[in-house]
Amino acid sequence: MIGILASVIDGILIGAVYGLAAMGLTLIWGVMNVINLAHGAIVVIGMFVLYTVANMLGLHPYGAVPLMIVFGFVVGIALYWIGVHRMIGRPELMSLLSTFALNMVLIGLGTAWWTTSPYNVQVSMPGVSWRGYTFTGTHITAAALAVVIAGLLYLLLYHTRIGKAVRAVATNREAAELCGIPTTQVLAMAFGLGVALAGVSGTLIATMFPFTVLSGEAYQLKSFVVTVLGGLGNPAGALMGGIALGLIEGLATPFMPLSWIPIVEFGLFVFCLIAFPRGIFSFTKA
Amino acid sequence: MKKTLYLLAASMLFAASPAFAQETITIGFTASQTGALNNDSTAQMRGIELWRDDVNAKGGIKVGGKSYTVKLVSYDDESQNTRVQQLYTRLITQDKAQFLISPYSSGLVATAAIISEQYGKVMITTGGALEKTYQLGNKNLFQLYTGSSQYLAGALQALKEKNPTPHVAFVYEDDPFSKAVVAAVRETAKKQGDVIAADESYAGSTTDFSPVINKMIAAKADALLGGGHYADGATLARQLHEQKAGVKWITLLVAPDSPKFAELGDAAVGISVPSQWEPEAAYKPDFGPTVAQFTKEFTDKYKIGPAYHAAGGYAAGLILQHAMEKAGSIEPAKVAAELNAMDVTTFFGRTKFSNDPKSHGLQIAHDMVLAQWQKKDGKLVKEVIWPKAAKTADPLY
Repeated sequence: MIGILASVIDGILIGAVYGLAAMGLTLIWGVMNVINLAHGAIVVIGMFVLYTVANMLGLHPYGAVPLMIVFGFVVGIALYWIGVHRMIGRPELMSLLSTFALNMVLIGLGTAWWTTSPYNVQVSMPGVSWRGYTFTGTHITAAALAVVIAGLLYLLLYHTRIGKAVRAVATNREAAELCGIPTTQVLAMAFGLGVALAGVSGTLIATMFPFTVLSGEAYQLKSFVVTVLGGLGNPAGALMGGIALGLIEGLATPFMPLSWIPIVEFGLFVFCLIAFPRGIFSFTKA
Repeated sequence: MKKTLYLLAASMLFAASPAFAQETITIGFTASQTGALNNDSTAQMRGIELWRDDVNAKGGIKVGGKSYTVKLVSYDDESQNTRVQQLYTRLITQDKAQFLISPYSSGLVATAAIISEQYGKVMITTGGALEKTYQLGNKNLFQLYTGSSQYLAGALQALKEKNPTPHVAFVYEDDPFSKAVVAAVRETAKKQGDVIAADESYAGSTTDFSPVINKMIAAKADALLGGGHYADGATLARQLHEQKAGVKWITLLVAPDSPKFAELGDAAVGISVPSQWEPEAAYKPDFGPTVAQFTKEFTDKYKIGPAYHAAGGYAAGLILQHAMEKAGSIEPAKVAAELNAMDVTTFFGRTKFSNDPKSHGLQIAHDMVLAQWQKKDGKLVKEVIWPKAAKTADPLY
């Protein structure tokens, strides 16, 4: 029984990070109807920013978190102008292909630079032990930071003029433009925000697990599941969806082989698409 | 008169030319320069390339009065079966490779073996321990590695010396190689009446092992045998350490053998790995470099110590070279006959291939060792802990 509880707690902790990763994906979808297939590659950029900061520059690993937010935002705006801007308003397949191409370019550059060898960043954070089970410090910190960053995003979206502009563009771009909102800049900024969120989730993941240039794919798939659980285009739902996914993983593993977990995850994905196409947590739609 | 002299000189040159003939022999293989198998496959490729450099520096392979310069043709298989299929066909049909060396990993070896057998090409396999590939009636495949069923046999014996009644957890990747390895050791453990506390397979893409570690803690497992390849093995080792799983014995496949494993720091201490070869091995080679010579040469060239994948790569070339030189021919049938009759010891250990038609080419003489990461003077080093005759340190438990 305690084992199941420990698995559930672990699941919630990791789920918060899945949620943060999915927030980046869902924010971009919600604002500009673009499914960002470069999401996994951006998560990997976050991982290597941590490696550069901690292992190459010798700075504190968590120093990479604010750095990645700023760097991710800048990279996101650049990527928007390179591969997304001209696709806005066109059929969704166009942006899908365009971001897929961006994904291949980023992975290709990463492979040339870093190879596909595994990397590891040592992060020493004291954990919490309870009845023989240990919840690692890196998991707890990553979950806490994920919730804080999600909270800051909420404040930005709902309590600032910029956030209002983003929501206005997401709701009706033409009406927003008529009100004098510079929608192109808002779209670029929203893409930058989405990339920053995905990148920082990669940074947090890399504090917990070893990684390679190809690690992003697994998190991209999880982000899709989380996004569908939480409701497409709904950042608050994404965090809830992430925690729900972690919870389901934690609850399921004590009762079934680990190799069945992807079947449960993607079974849930199909079920949600059919039964709750707007997402289970769609009541909090942005 | 002058004309006659010219003719004489020309005919002398012509007659003399075969003694100096330097021909080229093309050997093809693929390596996973990208993709999930990159780490170990690159080491294997480096081993093959080092062998080529050594042979060519000594004037090439000497066969029947001729010297053949070794030309390697290789491609990146991206760690994918489909690429292996395309590229081995290309190596044979377009690049005209006369002999082949396998890619890395049992899965890719099995794919390459189908192509090499279709075209009747001799292929030395290294980096592929799965025995099933050699039980399909193949005639030109020759395996260097000890078969997968032997991988964890030594680990279980060493564990039982320390703890006669272990509670063993089998946690392993769901690929054919890891499953075959664990199936063999599970059978042994069952026969011995050992308690199997947990038995879990996982997908190679698994990134979080917390749930399975919690299961092991709940089942009070005190030993873990399993793993798969580098990425998952390194993650599992790190999480076992961070979650203080209380497991006193951990043997993982493949991952801990790489020198990169030391990057895990304290998480690597006490983790053992069944190894096809270690630099501490004390084999007396019948030909080729000694263990110390190979280790030094490899380390000087690549600035990293060789693990068994690298040694296997070098040995693949060396065995092929020896077979050609003994056969006095580069004709595939004669070289294959020489390989069938071979029973030699190189720096990699003993090599002898099965001639039984039901398991032709299977390795039947090579022995494995069990190596463990230990801390000495604050530095992480790998020590051989099993078999007792080869051990360089006592096992940590």
